[in-house]
Amino acid sequence: MDFLDGMQLDVLKEIGNIGAGNAATSLSKLLSRRVGMNVPEVKLIQFNQVEMVVGGAETLVAGVYFEFSGDIQGTILFILDRASANNLLFLLIPNDFAEYDEDFSPLERSALQEVGNILAGAYLGSLSVMTGLTIKHSTPAFAYDMAGAILSVPMIEFGQMGEYALFIENVFIDGSSKIKGNFFLMPNVDSYPIILEALGVYK
Amino acid sequence: MIERIKVGMADFNVVKSPGILVTLGLGSCVGIALYDAQVKVAGLSHIMLPSSKQIKNNQNKAKFADTAILLLIEKMMTMGAQKDRIKAKIVGGAQMFSSINNKNSLLKIGERNVNAALEVLNSLNIPVIGRDTGGNYGRSIELYADTGILLVKTIGHGIKEI
Repeated sequence: MDFLDGMQLDVLKEIGNIGAGNAATSLSKLLSRRVGMNVPEVKLIQFNQVEMVVGGAETLVAGVYFEFSGDIQGTILFILDRASANNLLFLLIPNDFAEYDEDFSPLERSALQEVGNILAGAYLGSLSVMTGLTIKHSTPAFAYDMAGAILSVPMIEFGQMGEYALFIENVFIDGSSKIKGNFFLMPNVDSYPIILEALGVYK
Repeated sequence: MIERIKVGMADFNVVKSPGILVTLGLGSCVGIALYDAQVKVAGLSHIMLPSSKQIKNNQNKAKFADTAILLLIEKMMTMGAQKDRIKAKIVGGAQMFSSINNKNSLLKIGERNVNAALEVLNSLNIPVIGRDTGGNYGRSIELYADTGILLVKTIGHGIKEI
């Protein structure tokens, strides 16, 4: 593979696993109920298969975006399809949630941004604990648009390194409602060696 | 049946009239539509990054504005197009998450992609006769080889022909 070898990929997958565990705990606190999160699937995709992630390049998705900095730099993108976003909003703000509105209200946007914030904190927290590196993240930015357009942001980031993008698929389960989110954690090109060295796997 | 060819991210393709070239969900990437009206040959490139020269891993020439445009013109010429007749339209280069305002942000990549495409086309003396770039929203485009019309579709920002 072009930039990451098998072992480095395993490291990123492990960070994904631990991050997901933390994220489930944090989300349970926010929702005041138990949130089960299945073992996240960490996948590699080619750019031309990007639309397979969410069922079509024109599928509408909500995206929450962060930049992180400190000892390493990079970006984070959390995306949810409309049905998952609705299910999540129903749990978060049941009284202020209007399912059939075309766009998200300001309150709905900030609720989704807060979930993104918690997930970003959980993943970066795991990465920080595992590596001893200091990492802080920006406030969230929100967009609701075509999946292809929103996913172009992580794809371009990965595009500087090779022909593949790495993403983590999380499924949060709460009773009957199913919430499926995709999470992209993208250290920039110069940050990979720092992470892998801190973990003792850099060759 | 009119041939309808999808052009994915970091990809390009050409078609003769009455074919249609389609790219769905352009965000910060840029779609470069080229057209030779005399022979009705259309070409569409979907680039992700401005320049192959700034990147070590640059084997995929369809990914970069500088290398993709040259390849696309070559391919159009094998179908009868002539370089001095080709005209261009460019679309995309949005900043999808506009509320993060960091000067060094990678989010500015859309603008850099647009500028790179304009520079390459200018250096090849290819006139840019239409553009719909920037903003903070995605675009889907359809390039019609029988007319050269480029249809731009958005969510919440209307449909237009350029």
